[in-house]
Amino acid sequence: MLSPAVESDFLEVSLGPQHPSTHGVFRMQTVLDGETIVSLKPVMGYLHRNHEQLGEQMTYIASFPFTDRLDYFSAMSNNLGLAIAIEQLAGLDVTERGQYIRILMVELTRLVNHTAVTGFLLNDMGAFGTPLLYAFREREKILDLFEAASGSRMMCNYIRPGGVREDLPDGWLEGAKAIVDHYPQFLDQFETLLTENEIIRQRTQRVGVLPKELAVNASVTGPLLRASGVDYDIRKVDGYAIYPRFKFKVPLGQIGDVYDRYYVRILEMRESLKILQQALKEIPGGPAISPKGAAIGKAPRTFRPPKGEAYGRIEAPKGELGFYLVSDGSNQPYRYHVRAPSFVNLTILEDMCLGHKIADAVVILGSIDIVLGEVDR
Amino acid sequence: MLPPAEELKAAIERGVPGTVVTLDGPALYLEPQALLPVCRFLKSHPEYQLDYASNVTAVDYPPDPAGGGAGRIEMVYHLFSMAKKHGPVAIKVKLPRDNPRVPSLVPVYRGAEFQEREVFDLYGVQFDGHPDLRRILMWDGFQGYPMRKDYVPENQDAPA
Repeated sequence: MLSPAVESDFLEVSLGPQHPSTHGVFRMQTVLDGETIVSLKPVMGYLHRNHEQLGEQMTYIASFPFTDRLDYFSAMSNNLGLAIAIEQLAGLDVTERGQYIRILMVELTRLVNHTAVTGFLLNDMGAFGTPLLYAFREREKILDLFEAASGSRMMCNYIRPGGVREDLPDGWLEGAKAIVDHYPQFLDQFETLLTENEIIRQRTQRVGVLPKELAVNASVTGPLLRASGVDYDIRKVDGYAIYPRFKFKVPLGQIGDVYDRYYVRILEMRESLKILQQALKEIPGGPAISPKGAAIGKAPRTFRPPKGEAYGRIEAPKGELGFYLVSDGSNQPYRYHVRAPSFVNLTILEDMCLGHKIADAVVILGSIDIVLGEVDR
Repeated sequence: MLPPAEELKAAIERGVPGTVVTLDGPALYLEPQALLPVCRFLKSHPEYQLDYASNVTAVDYPPDPAGGGAGRIEMVYHLFSMAKKHGPVAIKVKLPRDNPRVPSLVPVYRGAEFQEREVFDLYGVQFDGHPDLRRILMWDGFQGYPMRKDYVPENQDAPA
């Protein structure tokens, strides 16, 4: 016979560090009451390699291949962040064509990132394979473009102070145009599967709600912030590179739940496509890198920025990616710091998970969009 | 828009009596005990509304081998405003290297929580009032602060 008063106890469960739904070697130390989460502490550092200390022991240019390995889905954006910080520090200019190639690369990166993260999110919800493979099929095409331009699919190491390392190969722009023209069709197809899907709505709506005030106070950035309805996109706010020349909107969510995050990313991809179309139409000829930038690339040890400091930041696919550089006048940075968006965005993971079921924690984590290469540095 | 650094300095010194702000380029240097009141002031000021603590980190300046002295660690905070869409304001605090202590910014900006843990982990700065000050990237029980300039990395090629 069942006793009316069931005695219950808290259960400690360690999720990860080696589990597909933790997106890498990440651990969540949870305390459960039944299935409900009463405490969740993120544990990280398994991939820590002291990226910043490495950066302080080499020339400015030598850090570029290492930045590829921060957020390894968005190597181009990482390159751009460091390049912008160095340009700010040393007062370097970028050629017109270099600017346009950069925009093409980082917006394609945004497509890659948002497509892949949506696929992974569906994997986390139990839709194994299908959406992720659709996403990866499209991602492959863009990675082919990266390979043609930079020689590498993921570790691109392509953007340099003053422009980009090499000019685009013949036929690249036509190939990019074909992909960009086709992409809306893919997004429509993707949305047919997902946006109105009853199971997805049940799993994501009102799950992991992040209120506006908390999001701002906790320094959350990127699609996660905008899904909570805060209009803050560094491409618009700082107008870095040549973003003010392009017409695009900043999509915002209303509630700030997992569903809004999914949908904001879909809308952001449509805006990125608008930027890409404009950039492909307007891209001028000329050199891809300034003479000064090319000289630095050839002889990185002779590059000594003046004493001073710079904080360069960009709107990476995951949020604000900042590079803080302090120069003492030598050819190595005195201080090299990376402000990683996924690391800071993890601050509110526990707040979003409290009171939800343990299965929702996996979905909420997936909706933040973290990459451990960047969290652990 | 944000006013130039001189005006900002004057506004802070008027708004938070007893504070001394030292300018060095665009950076505002504060005394450790002034950090929290000044950040509260900048956050609530209707014109500045610096509601977003973007970047929190530190820089190590070991003692000069020729000149002596104790050396220092500088905390660096980059504040922006999401409401007004301006920034950054760079705030710095000089701390003695042998006992670096500074009030935690978490009561004002939640976003400082993990970043302060990182600075504690890698530089050994103590944050008074931090809700959960533990190592975050290195493992528990690790000795030393790897981002300090005089840290000697372990020689992994040495015979066991």
